[in-house]
Amino acid sequence: MKKIICMTLAAVMAAVLFVGCGTASSTVSTDGSTSMEKVIGALGESFMNNNKGITFTYNPTGSGSGITAVAEGRCDIGLSSRSLKAEEKEQGLVETILAYDGIAVIVNPENPVTDLSTETIAKIYKGEITNWKEIGGRDAEIVLIGREAGSGTRDGFESVTDTKDACKYRQELTSTGDVITTVSRNPDAIGYASFAAVSDKIKVVSVNGVVLSEATVKDGSYMLQRPFILVTRKDVRLSEAAQKFFDYATSPDAAAIISAAGVVAAN
Amino acid sequence: MRRRKRNLLENIMHAIFLCLGLITVGCVLLITVYLVISGIPAIKEIGLVPFLFGKTWASTASTTEPSYGILPFILTSVYGTAGAIVLGVPIGFLTAVYLAKLAPQRIKSTVESAVSLLAGIPSVVYGLVGMLVLVPGIRKLFNVPDGASLLAAIIVLAVMILPSVIKVSVTALEAVPKEYEDGSLALGATPIETYFRVSVPAARSGIAAAVVLGVGRAIGEAMAVMMVSGNAANMPSLFESVKFLTTAVASEMSYSSGLQRQALFSIALVLFMFIMLINAALNFFMKRDKEG
Repeated sequence: MKKIICMTLAAVMAAVLFVGCGTASSTVSTDGSTSMEKVIGALGESFMNNNKGITFTYNPTGSGSGITAVAEGRCDIGLSSRSLKAEEKEQGLVETILAYDGIAVIVNPENPVTDLSTETIAKIYKGEITNWKEIGGRDAEIVLIGREAGSGTRDGFESVTDTKDACKYRQELTSTGDVITTVSRNPDAIGYASFAAVSDKIKVVSVNGVVLSEATVKDGSYMLQRPFILVTRKDVRLSEAAQKFFDYATSPDAAAIISAAGVVAAN
Repeated sequence: MRRRKRNLLENIMHAIFLCLGLITVGCVLLITVYLVISGIPAIKEIGLVPFLFGKTWASTASTTEPSYGILPFILTSVYGTAGAIVLGVPIGFLTAVYLAKLAPQRIKSTVESAVSLLAGIPSVVYGLVGMLVLVPGIRKLFNVPDGASLLAAIIVLAVMILPSVIKVSVTALEAVPKEYEDGSLALGATPIETYFRVSVPAARSGIAAAVVLGVGRAIGEAMAVMMVSGNAANMPSLFESVKFLTTAVASEMSYSSGLQRQALFSIALVLFMFIMLINAALNFFMKRDKEG
């Protein structure tokens, strides 16, 4: 009786150990930034069309998770919408810039404000300017919408505007879509979101007089931008399929697909 | 011979069922052990008192020293749950009295199926409706700059705990022996007097269990409150944006690394302790119910 239980338990545990191990050689697994969903989805689709028999997977978990996943060998290529930190590079990770993404500063369509300088944006987010009338809007308190700690978009926004750890957020939301929805529902809200995700529900303001567009991101005149990077390990060679995808994504051929997804290709 | 064969079969079946039962126990043990192992290191590094009673949470601060105080989360979870109970329990309890004692059969079955449906709605849907209707509504009604607040979370949670409060209370009230009520009515009490003076006291431990179950549901909810509460790590206040224990873990986990990640596990451990306490309370009421 006891023997049976022991053996069954052992078998169950052994089975549990093996689940999740072992990836087939003809798959490319990517894991990471949710902001890169559109661009990586488009790249993966066209890659699979050109290479029958290779399966491409994308796990939208967030930049930090993607970097951890590639460091732990749980995926082939990590996706991050922020540059690697020094401590992450020390772990033997390498970054390759795939594209640049403009960060749009968005307000409700009812808001009369159309242009903000980077200093004004910084002052608003630090809580030094708290009313829209100070910058040409109606008399109402500014509601600051941001992303959660660790988000690539937040990191990008705070480093460019130099507001790191100083932002007085009213709401910290966990996705670009939530930010857009919230700003579209509150006439006094201001938020930031990936350029690729903006819709006509909200109004994009120009920064320092420069309107956000692919051209202004590429020539660097639009200030609020961040890199989309592919993360790989220095000492571990990519599988054949993953290498093929990596070469494809960073080749000039992929540039058109990357641009179609609303970001600016690096190559 | 035949008897032996039957015994063997019996034993095998017994072993299979035992294994299936052990899966649940195994899961609980696995989760407990994992949470304790991964939650302890950060508490050790931060220190128990600064972790539990620190008022600022700035887990990703890079210009200043990061701080990991979770008092705002604990208080928000406690206040939010208490608020949901204050709003939800009276409604749920009175609904249960109505359904169990007063309602005509047709209304009863309609309301009961509506309650079941309410229980089946995914929490993300509560969150979505809260985000699109409740949050702008609170902003307009109370004339505050933004409606995403503790109040919004309390209202959503109050609605979410209704089904469990109603269902368990109804079961408890219906289990009250009819003789008690007949006796009371025969002594000249009105039906309402009977229900509140006789039936409800007789069912009180079942009703207490319903409240505890509601507390458990409210304190563990993450998705819906994340969408309506704003998620800024402020000390709780009714119209301020707040962060719960659950949402602190859920919102930062995906991007976290290093000590921040470990601290999130520690938050989960604290939450787990709360849930254990609530379960212990529930067991206490259930047992008393059986004995009484």
